[in-house]
Amino acid sequence: MPKQKVDKALLLRVAANARLNLTEQEIEEFLPQLQEMLEAFSKLDKLDVEKEQPSFQPIKLVNVMREDKVEKCLSQDQSLKNTKNKKQGYFMGPRVM
Amino acid sequence: MFDATVIEKARAEGAIIIGKTSQDAFGFGTFSTNVGLGFEIPKNPHDIKRACGGSSGGSAGFAALTKQTHASIGQSTGGSIACPASFCGVAGITPTYGRVSRFGLIDYANSLDKIGSIGKTVGDAALLLEVISGHDANDSTSLKQEKEEFSKLVPEKLKIGIVKELFENCDAHVKKECLKAVDSLGMKTEEISLPLNSKYGISAYYLISTAEASTNLARYCGMRYGLHEKLEGSFDEYFSKVRSNGFGEEAKRRILLGTFARMAGFRDAYYLRAMKARTALIKEFKKAFSRVDVLANPTMPLVAPTFEAIFKLSPLQQYAMDLCTVPANLAGMPHASIPVGKHENMPVGLMLTADHMGEGKMVQASLAVEALK
Repeated sequence: MPKQKVDKALLLRVAANARLNLTEQEIEEFLPQLQEMLEAFSKLDKLDVEKEQPSFQPIKLVNVMREDKVEKCLSQDQSLKNTKNKKQGYFMGPRVM
Repeated sequence: MFDATVIEKARAEGAIIIGKTSQDAFGFGTFSTNVGLGFEIPKNPHDIKRACGGSSGGSAGFAALTKQTHASIGQSTGGSIACPASFCGVAGITPTYGRVSRFGLIDYANSLDKIGSIGKTVGDAALLLEVISGHDANDSTSLKQEKEEFSKLVPEKLKIGIVKELFENCDAHVKKECLKAVDSLGMKTEEISLPLNSKYGISAYYLISTAEASTNLARYCGMRYGLHEKLEGSFDEYFSKVRSNGFGEEAKRRILLGTFARMAGFRDAYYLRAMKARTALIKEFKKAFSRVDVLANPTMPLVAPTFEAIFKLSPLQQYAMDLCTVPANLAGMPHASIPVGKHENMPVGLMLTADHMGEGKMVQASLAVEALK
């Protein structure tokens, strides 16, 4: 893992990707904390993983398929029950254009 | 709308669900101090100035506190059942990854999350585990398995591996209580070295878990999940506003770390490297289990700390507390924490880990430890 210096510009880029608006106080707090963490985690560089395959799960899993038939699921009303932003039976989202 | 599979299964066996307990929001914490707005931090029943541990702190604290027969459901990603069980002096079981369905669980990190059980005794925790185990078509990571009657098991003589490095980094009193318990079992023992797990476990775990968490929490954007606000501004402005107002400090910290680890340009060096490291760490465990049945180490490097001490720790120092519980969780190995003694009048927990699907041996060894009392 390259020695990646996390500066304010990179932190803001990460925050924008994560859809988080950080306050100045949060930037001041998170910046040194992330620097400290990544510095500590960079010890992983010392482990030789060249020949290892990644373990995306701890146990080997096989794809599970079910028969392609309609099963019982939530009704439209139930699906919309927990949202305040709805209109004519749909979720209503913020404007995209 | 619907019940989680574990709740359905427990109810089908006559369980009475009496309520929900507080915990670290999204499972993000080791002390149940990140409970989120509107929730109370659970206090340790043995000393209310100290934490219950986390993240399933309320589950373990209530199991210790109540005088009734009781078993709790907990969820562990990196040690969130074993840690509070240790701090509160109760038995906590985290099963093999995939033994218990996660359908209905709010995800923290999909490749790590495991629902398990907490009880006043090993028998109670084993019974609840037996009830909630089983393949579930609603969880694509759930494992096909034979029904096992964990509640009918009795203590057995097994070969115990004493994990050298995980004893070395613990408080001397905690170490002493745990070694005393293992010695008193009168079973064959062998010192086992897990240098890779003890050295790289925390780093690999936090990179993987936060990367997965950052994608799981993307859904909390104020449309279907999370806070809702008045729909104003563009989608970017709206989502960012809702998320910035709704997430707590620890959630933001982990989302930032995880987003960084899987961003273009950093993904291979951080996220993928951690996933490859995990393979090496699992191999190290498998090698150990070719020599012994069950591995033993202290569950936590210390007894439950006071809130005053916890609030002085940096986030990295808090993460480092998971040293002993993270390896088994990263490898998806079943493990239990059993109370074995006291220090400063607070419970000490011994952690017993078995190979994948080795819950039977783990319960047998746990019963033997419990019988020492």
